[in-house]
Amino acid sequence: MLAKRIIPCLDIKDGRTVKGVNFIDLRDAGDPVELAELYSREGADELVFLDISATEQKRKTLSDLVYRVAEKINIPFTVGGGISSVQDVDLLLHNGADKVSINSSAVKNPQLISDLSSKIGSQSIVVAIDAKQISNKWKVHLVGGKVATKLDLFEWAKEVEDRGAGEILFTSMDHDGTKNGFANDALAQLSSMINIPIIASGGAGNIQHFTDAFAVGKADAALAASVFHFKEISITQLKKELHNNAISIRI
Amino acid sequence: MKIVIINYGAGNIQSIKFAIKRLGHDAILSHEPTEIETADKLIFPGVGEASSAMKKLRDSGLDKIIPHLKQPVLGICLGMQLMCKFSEEGNTEGLGIFDVTVQKFSKKVKVPQIGWNQITNLKSKLFNQIAEKEHIYLVHSYFAPVCKETIAKSVYDVEFSAALQHNNFYGTQFHPEKSSAVGELILKNFLDM
Repeated sequence: MLAKRIIPCLDIKDGRTVKGVNFIDLRDAGDPVELAELYSREGADELVFLDISATEQKRKTLSDLVYRVAEKINIPFTVGGGISSVQDVDLLLHNGADKVSINSSAVKNPQLISDLSSKIGSQSIVVAIDAKQISNKWKVHLVGGKVATKLDLFEWAKEVEDRGAGEILFTSMDHDGTKNGFANDALAQLSSMINIPIIASGGAGNIQHFTDAFAVGKADAALAASVFHFKEISITQLKKELHNNAISIRI
Repeated sequence: MKIVIINYGAGNIQSIKFAIKRLGHDAILSHEPTEIETADKLIFPGVGEASSAMKKLRDSGLDKIIPHLKQPVLGICLGMQLMCKFSEEGNTEGLGIFDVTVQKFSKKVKVPQIGWNQITNLKSKLFNQIAEKEHIYLVHSYFAPVCKETIAKSVYDVEFSAALQHNNFYGTQFHPEKSSAVGELILKNFLDM
């Protein structure tokens, strides 16, 4: 049976994990490769690296990092952050990334999704969607939730699928950082109308939240950052408990 | 040991190169018939679309060379599918090594299948020391049905071939290079043949 996936997300700035990560057993807590290896050993099913740096060398720094991660890691990983062209994607995949995630660039230019899926293949293209509710309507947002768009979450998700994306990474800005659980209603609605895998993001605070995202939200994968980085939840323990809760998981 | 990754411009080969390196070997990338024919082990990778990948193989003449190789050959993902008789993806003839037609998953399940699924009914030295129901990583929209050459099964929508073997030709639908310790052992088993 296909297992539900647990995905730690690492924020990267100038080739380093951003501060806030607190790992006493790492020689260098700022080294994304070392953190990635640790998560991989603990049983993470996949990793996401989100580059938030804005320097001119960004592209080179990120592709170097991808190369170093691919050298060491034997599980799949996705890279996102500021990717806006087929050439960007080519370079990252060529250096060993399995998938790329695009967000704002897809909203600004939906044709990019179609171009990437036809030239590179759907399997490597994740479209990240940030959304929050405004007057009970889920609206797509950009720049980490700061900029509202007119796009409706569900209509946009459908278009993203139709244009050939391989997966959708849905972050609820209403839930992100709250540690009160994932946006299970919206997730379940997405999952019922979309025929590509959905990754849930935003709101993880405890193990029950992951169980709910899979059982109630019907998500195919769940992504979290701080609960893993601050060791509030151990991936090993999380997967054990999900298994005990009859969620299909890779132990 | 000379390990050659067949390079015909299809897919991400960096990961497989690194995986072989982690097992203590160096692999070279080549599309040269002499390099390929003198290799001890061959990896036939592939990510992308079947009919355009087959076109690349035909353009380079590799479609005539690969089916006659005598040394162990491992096709991965699309590489495995191209070793089949026919693929419904772009309705293309394959290399005809495995006597099976590659089909698309139905709309009853999410397509592509992305993630970790289990392998069962293991029957090949490729799976030495691999337990039944271990998880391996797959990303695919098309599959080879179970046939006489199936050496590992998995289930998604229907039961399908997670791996195939015909004489010296092996194929895995999954990515051993991305399947953690289990995948590494499978790759090692292949290199040890």
